[in-house]
Amino acid sequence: MSPAHRSGPMDVDALLDDPARRIVVCCGSGGVGKTTTAAALGLRAAERGRRTVVITVDPARRLAQSMGLESLDNTPRRVLLPENTPGELHAMMLDMKRTFDQVVEEHADPARARQILDNPFYETLSTGFSGTQEYMAVERLGQLRESGEWDLIVVDTPPSRSALDFLDAPERLGRFLDSKLMRFLTEPAGSGPLRLLGAGVSMVTSVIGKLVGAQFLNDLRSFTSAFEAVFGGFQERAERTYQLLQDPGTAFVVVSVPEPDAMREAAFFVRRLASDGMPTAGLVLNRTHPLPEGPAARLGPEEAEQAAQALARTGKHPLAEAALRLHAERAHVRGRELLLLDRVLTAHPDVRVSEVAALAGDVHDLTGLRRIGDLLAGAGPVGGDPAAGTG
Amino acid sequence: MSEREHRSPGPWDACAGARLHIVTGKGGTGKTTAAAALATALASGGGRVLLLEVEGRQGVASLLERSPLPHEERPVLSAAGGGTVSVLAADPESALKEYLELFYGIRRAGRALSRLGAVDFATTIAPGLRDVLLTGKATEAVRRRKGRGGRTSSAPAGSPFTYDAVVMDGPPTGRIGRFLDVNSEVAGLAKAGPVHDHAERAARVIRSESTLVHFVALLEEMPAQETRDGIGELSALGLNTGAVLINMVRPELLDDAGLEAARTNTLDRDALTAGLTAAGMSDPAGLATGLEDELHAHAVRAGLEAGVREGLASLGSPVLELPLLERATGERAVQHLAHALTEQGVGR
Repeated sequence: MSPAHRSGPMDVDALLDDPARRIVVCCGSGGVGKTTTAAALGLRAAERGRRTVVITVDPARRLAQSMGLESLDNTPRRVLLPENTPGELHAMMLDMKRTFDQVVEEHADPARARQILDNPFYETLSTGFSGTQEYMAVERLGQLRESGEWDLIVVDTPPSRSALDFLDAPERLGRFLDSKLMRFLTEPAGSGPLRLLGAGVSMVTSVIGKLVGAQFLNDLRSFTSAFEAVFGGFQERAERTYQLLQDPGTAFVVVSVPEPDAMREAAFFVRRLASDGMPTAGLVLNRTHPLPEGPAARLGPEEAEQAAQALARTGKHPLAEAALRLHAERAHVRGRELLLLDRVLTAHPDVRVSEVAALAGDVHDLTGLRRIGDLLAGAGPVGGDPAAGTG
Repeated sequence: MSEREHRSPGPWDACAGARLHIVTGKGGTGKTTAAAALATALASGGGRVLLLEVEGRQGVASLLERSPLPHEERPVLSAAGGGTVSVLAADPESALKEYLELFYGIRRAGRALSRLGAVDFATTIAPGLRDVLLTGKATEAVRRRKGRGGRTSSAPAGSPFTYDAVVMDGPPTGRIGRFLDVNSEVAGLAKAGPVHDHAERAARVIRSESTLVHFVALLEEMPAQETRDGIGELSALGLNTGAVLINMVRPELLDDAGLEAARTNTLDRDALTAGLTAAGMSDPAGLATGLEDELHAHAVRAGLEAGVREGLASLGSPVLELPLLERATGERAVQHLAHALTEQGVGR
């Protein structure tokens, strides 16, 4: 019943304990438990002696509350842990506009900064722009890393449409801000090199003007000239910022659940990390449904279903019949989970896996997060002896 | 669709008048599956329904285990009683081109725009534009009437609608408010002109009685919480919320007494072992221990689920349930779920 597990379980404690490890990024598609995983890793690191900060992007108050905080903001807040805890845990929630403001204020003189911050287009760029949140998460990560205050920074990535958006954000932002079209639109009419392209382009500008409005184009124009003056080529800056992710002190934890879409995304991500030279620490598989050890684990779904049907015909053993039906369902679910995992491992045999079995309820407090941390670190069935560490 | 008379009122009755059904829910709750099942149930009995996908992730194609679908309305699913569900995987670029053609008659401009990456550009500098184009596409399909060329403008006002209903597989709960709040979305855009008119037309349909936003939930705390928050958010925006669709509901195998005994570990172990012996299982006593653990975990979970279900019922929205399908996948699963919805009154 055990999955074809090629390279052994993920050693979460080794990951968290390594003093050279300064950043752990949790990524994956939406709804797979990234935020909880990040918080549980952060807590575990703190309890193992590291001064840790968790950056989350999840505005759900539940997470803040589970750490005993009323709410989270852009500044790390200390989480109250038992007195004998060797490390510290702090938590913050990314405020992308505030982070963007800080980046502008840091690089521009006050007058120029005002000019940028007051521009209506800046509002769009700093709040509604696809890619800003991802990019600002990495900017904020850079600030915290720079400060030298933290042994370990655990990052929860934004709930993008695709997990890859996180890696593609700087390129997307940069491509946009440095694009030819942007230059053309923002240069005085008829002066740019693109004017040679002739009527096609002017028609395009006129259509864009119709779509977004002439005022909007004016705002955009004054914004880019001020922004250019401060940042030069944005793409370059974005690429420098993202180099942090390729740093040897950074590791990625890909988070998934045993559902086809999420596993497909996870496999994409693992492949992409490898091709971008970013280290994958492992795959966290949340909300799995392992079977209890013993004879039940060896009873397959078909056999259980047939036995239940045989009992149903006699009508004499309703309890055993229900128990067998329930088991057939669970064994079927488990079989499908292992199949999905095996597909990923066949394509990526080096990936180490940590399995977190579905808990009956949600995580409400530090005890719950600690329990998840235990499961992450190998109390789960894929990760080791299922009987150990469940108490 | 009123042939089947004398049925007791069902939860769906409150939603029966709507023509645009927008389906949202927390990520991972099975929005696409629920939307496809709803579209199929609404088409049963000979209806024509459009299932519109707006997230650009080809969720319907992957659900039906097919290759990616184009930006083109085509019949994909058939429903009981001769109905059809057409599917459109809407993308903003094609929607923009259609729109330019419609309002300016410039097909060539569309091509030039694509070549220069202008669509990407325009929807990037003004993210609201993207949402306006997609909601606009949905509302255009709702208003469209049968006529020459299939265009709203060329069909006489009295002719029948092209689609009886349009079901949108919408953005997740976290983004749905912003997506549908078309009026404020365009606040930053051109203050007058065709985009503005387009947005206003879309907003009128979205805010009308004929549009309902349905929430897909699971019997788990987080999706239920998001449903509660989402209903609150949309109501505050003045949008009409419809039903709560609880997805992946497991059939209950034990009665209340059995659940209680399993929860408190007071099941009749001897009866269980005797049953397993009668079923010819090897090591019935050992097996009984394992199955008892499974029954206990199941009962604990069932207790939590009952609490979540109660919470969802107290929201005041009609509640429908979709069964968990372990074995059926693809179109077969959609048909199963559509049937379950029909039985709860959808499409009558």
